[in-house]
Amino acid sequence: MIRFENVGLRYGMGAEVLRDLSFQIAPKSFQFLTGPSGAGKSTLLRLLCLSLKPTRGLITVFDRDVVTLPKAELPALRRRVGVVFQDFRLLDHLTTFENVALPLRVLGREESSYRADVIELLKWVGLGDRVQALPPILSGGEKQRAAIARALIGQPEILLADEPTGNVDPPLAKRLLRLFVELNRLGTSVVIATHDIGLMNQFDARRLVLHEGRLSIYE
Amino acid sequence: MSERAVHRGPGLFSRMFGAVLPSRRRRSRTGTPVSAPIVPAQSIAGKSLMIVIAIMSFLACLTLGAVSLVRDASLGWQADIVREITIQVRPVDGVDTAAEAAKASAIAASMPGVAQARVLEDWENAKLLEPWLGSGLDMSDLPIPHLIVVELADPDAVDLIALAARLDKEVKGASLDDHRNWTDRLKTMANATVIIGVSILGLVFIATVLSVIFATRGAMASNRDIVSVLHYVGAEASFIAREFQRHFLFLGLKGGLLGASGAAILFAILSFFIGRSIATPEGDQVSALFGRFAIGPTGYLGALVIALLIGVMTAITSRLTVYRHLASIE
Repeated sequence: MIRFENVGLRYGMGAEVLRDLSFQIAPKSFQFLTGPSGAGKSTLLRLLCLSLKPTRGLITVFDRDVVTLPKAELPALRRRVGVVFQDFRLLDHLTTFENVALPLRVLGREESSYRADVIELLKWVGLGDRVQALPPILSGGEKQRAAIARALIGQPEILLADEPTGNVDPPLAKRLLRLFVELNRLGTSVVIATHDIGLMNQFDARRLVLHEGRLSIYE
Repeated sequence: MSERAVHRGPGLFSRMFGAVLPSRRRRSRTGTPVSAPIVPAQSIAGKSLMIVIAIMSFLACLTLGAVSLVRDASLGWQADIVREITIQVRPVDGVDTAAEAAKASAIAASMPGVAQARVLEDWENAKLLEPWLGSGLDMSDLPIPHLIVVELADPDAVDLIALAARLDKEVKGASLDDHRNWTDRLKTMANATVIIGVSILGLVFIATVLSVIFATRGAMASNRDIVSVLHYVGAEASFIAREFQRHFLFLGLKGGLLGASGAAILFAILSFFIGRSIATPEGDQVSALFGRFAIGPTGYLGALVIALLIGVMTAITSRLTVYRHLASIE
């Protein structure tokens, strides 16, 4: 699904922030991406979601080489990758429903064609009663679940989540993890970037550990 | 009460263009709410841009009106002058000037394309000279040239070179004045006015485009988060461009129509007041220069075309600016 071979990345003329990364993310797999702050987790996530290109090495996403991929084909590939940001990135002027429906709206679909699906997903993540609420009045946990719902509505083949439990209390973190595990059982590959050891100990999964730009893998 | 519930009703322009400018907050025909615009209208510095566009549109319409007025007046002058030529027969010692003038008149009248040729009477000459020499003067004592006014039925059919040659050969002291110097000067002046007007129009359009580019860049910068989210959810560049473009098309049309309406009202007021002063000396001067000061239906149509052109230009400029911005961040 996603393959890295000897990937390195530097910003401008600076030192390499990621070095010699080689790994694969298989279909229907579940993995935690972890490491200390500044180890390069967010940068690796940006490479995974096609927001950055490597300065060396090979990255193939859905069998396409991201370096040689024409710009016009990037959006279609991005739609196959769902991303949950640490800071949610919900649009404050849109309702929860409109935020979650955004990936379908950018495809030019009519609201009537996806309304039922969005409502159903919002109920599944526990936001059935917050459909018309604007993000500024949502709690941290509600925002997180809305961001997850937005990442899932387009039925991506892989979900990338950056510190999804960073802003929520332990019970909610547990609920969110159950949500990701359930999603993985339904066939979506999941990558959760976190430095929450407690969260990782709750579910036995592959761990990608970044340290000073290098990756160790614990199956 | 939620934030949405206190939303004000759509304005005049929203109602007029709501059908062609989707995604502004409104309800569908079935009454269900339609999704809010992804790029909120209030995030774009709309009011100041609209005022700039309105001023540009107003200036463009005024320029167009002035150019068309001068061009029409110039064409009117040229048409009048081209339909008339003058033959002058200067007194020559030992020659009967009156007989020569009659001969010149006959020659002119015999040329194809000439409607009639007429020697001006002494009293007509005296009247022409009256502003300089005063009235009651005995013209027979002065060596006044005889003037023959030749009216042309078809200016294109008259061979002026052949007429000048015949007059030169057969009539002593005759010279032909076809007013070409005047018409050439008028043409030059009118053409210069048109070129200046078109240049001003060009500058106004360039200034409008630059204003829109700055405004679009500002809008992109202030909506950076929205653009970033749209990118991550897989929006095509054309979709993002369209989201911005619809705001700018609306602003452009609104500003353009406001400016054009202002210009049209000014034209109407000027036409009204000049029409009322036709019998006065000032009015006569104006009508002598510009004919009937009136911007016809084509002038008002031109103002409307300029307004629409500015609206479309605004939308296209913003679209291209968004594309360039997206290409630079990709």
